[in-house]
Amino acid sequence: MAIEVRIPTILRSYTGGAKVVDGTGDTLGDLLADLDSRHAGLRGRLVTEAGALHRFVNVYVNDEDVRFLGALDAKLSDGDSVTILPAVAGGAFGFAAAAAISQHAVAAR
Amino acid sequence: MLSIDRSIIDAIVAHARRDHPDEACGVVAGPVGSDTPTRHIPMDNAARSMTFYEFDSMEHLRVWREMDDRDEEPVVIYHSHTATEAYPSRTDVSFAGEPGAHYLLVSTREPDSEEIRSFRIVDGVVTEEPVRIVEAGVDPHAVQSYMFGQSPATVDYECSGR
Repeated sequence: MAIEVRIPTILRSYTGGAKVVDGTGDTLGDLLADLDSRHAGLRGRLVTEAGALHRFVNVYVNDEDVRFLGALDAKLSDGDSVTILPAVAGGAFGFAAAAAISQHAVAAR
Repeated sequence: MLSIDRSIIDAIVAHARRDHPDEACGVVAGPVGSDTPTRHIPMDNAARSMTFYEFDSMEHLRVWREMDDRDEEPVVIYHSHTATEAYPSRTDVSFAGEPGAHYLLVSTREPDSEEIRSFRIVDGVVTEEPVRIVEAGVDPHAVQSYMFGQSPATVDYECSGR
């Protein structure tokens, strides 16, 4: 079962520069584990140590944000297209406060 | 150095002023590899905050796909600081995810003047660069964005409803 995964510029160091890679898995979590077996370190950029999707990484299955599909439990089918985009975020907000929001968002899932 | 058309800068400043005191954010796309920003895309600040900005995830996907289809890339990623200087905060640095982009900051803390500065942010390292503002009419794309930027009455900036 092949799923096409679109890799953003900032993570292409893990894929030998490839913009699109193929992977397999019944869920997004399985897919990331499969990708990590060939592109070591990629999963660690997307998933926290607590095992949740990072707050400031956007992952889409086809046209849907996976946050609305069960995050790492999102079901995948043959032929699906997964897109990874680092969130574009920032601002004058203090770092500690932003980190607290990020942690809160992770904990809330 | 960032070279950018005067009309695009004017449109970015207008966007930042319109959303003040909330932070405004957006992208200027350009042909892949050209390092030339030609198409101004104001984005919705999903955080709707005076001290934080975040692209809406669905708008982000749509705009990035559109750039892909047009062989464009995000040449400039901009946002405003509304009470502090136009310098990347630690938050900006920690979230900067497009190493090829010019990060343009506009400060609207002064009511009648703007501070506009540009930075590269790669692996957590901030490098300021000069901004060269090019007068309009130099290339046809710039003229297009001039029209776009100067016709706000007919453009849905997606934040006009607030």
